[in-house]
Amino acid sequence: MARTAVRGRLTWQLAELVEVVAETLRVTTIVFDVPSWPGHRAGQHVDVRLTAEDGYQAERSYSIASAPDGTRVALTVQRLEDGEVSPYLTDELRPGEKIELRGPIGGYFVWEPSDGGPLMLVAGGSGVVPLMAMIRTRAAARDDTETRLLYSSRSEDDVIYRDELERLSGNGLGVVHTLTDSQPPGWTGYARRVDPEMLAEVAPRPAERPRFYACGPTPFVEAVAEALVRLGHDPPEIKTERFGPTGG
Amino acid sequence: MDELMLDGNAVAGLLQEVFAVEITTAVGTCASCGAAGPVGAVHVYRGAGIVLRCPHCGNTLAKIVKSDSRAWIDLTGIRVLEVSV
Repeated sequence: MARTAVRGRLTWQLAELVEVVAETLRVTTIVFDVPSWPGHRAGQHVDVRLTAEDGYQAERSYSIASAPDGTRVALTVQRLEDGEVSPYLTDELRPGEKIELRGPIGGYFVWEPSDGGPLMLVAGGSGVVPLMAMIRTRAAARDDTETRLLYSSRSEDDVIYRDELERLSGNGLGVVHTLTDSQPPGWTGYARRVDPEMLAEVAPRPAERPRFYACGPTPFVEAVAEALVRLGHDPPEIKTERFGPTGG
Repeated sequence: MDELMLDGNAVAGLLQEVFAVEITTAVGTCASCGAAGPVGAVHVYRGAGIVLRCPHCGNTLAKIVKSDSRAWIDLTGIRVLEVSV
């Protein structure tokens, strides 16, 4: 990826919360206005820093959910009950209030329409967030790169961006859900964890040289990446982003 | 497999803070097994400090300890770091 490198030292910037969108019971999208935002690419993330009155600081990384849109940056945050940062971001921060943020960060787990496809996205839970930025960027650019999203959630109520994904489907985008823990009555889709058989059914053949982006909890991403290599896909085309059980 | 394992993306902000360039697309060569790959794909373990390990052989590529005002970076395990300039 010999693309323009993001230059210069990262600096903390003030970001003002402008909009809050409840996605699921535990997941919220928070939209910030960042006046000096230089723009971003789908898949990049930001670091968020909170400072307590006594000077104690906590830092976390969050994937950017939105396509590039001027100075607007949307983050989708899963609230961890015992987290230091996520409960503040999702429950306490009010529109008009500011936090510190730096970014955009990263260049490895990034996709742009000019990178082409076929594109195969594999999401576990809130791992869908940076992949949604890719889907939204593709849609905003009216790009028709063949794209498939295999998205694993515990239940229908845990599916983030459910309506928007349905709306964006078609025009070369296919979305396949698997609901691992509970399924609504009449569910005919996958109802188990992502496994090699499922990936073989949903992903393009190795001969089509698909570009893979897998994001989710570490065990999920490990299982997906191992299965894809076993199915004969090219390891350098399998890009992964893992998030651990801690953080939040 | 360690559930606490992350990847190079998780330390991208810190590394860019230190080196002032986007580092996840930089290609590092493991000093132990000679495999070369993007920093974004290395395995990362966070504890009191941060350890970067080769995804192929498990060799320690780098160790990073950071305080509020300084960072200590041991790069013994990386033979070459190829950075876009």
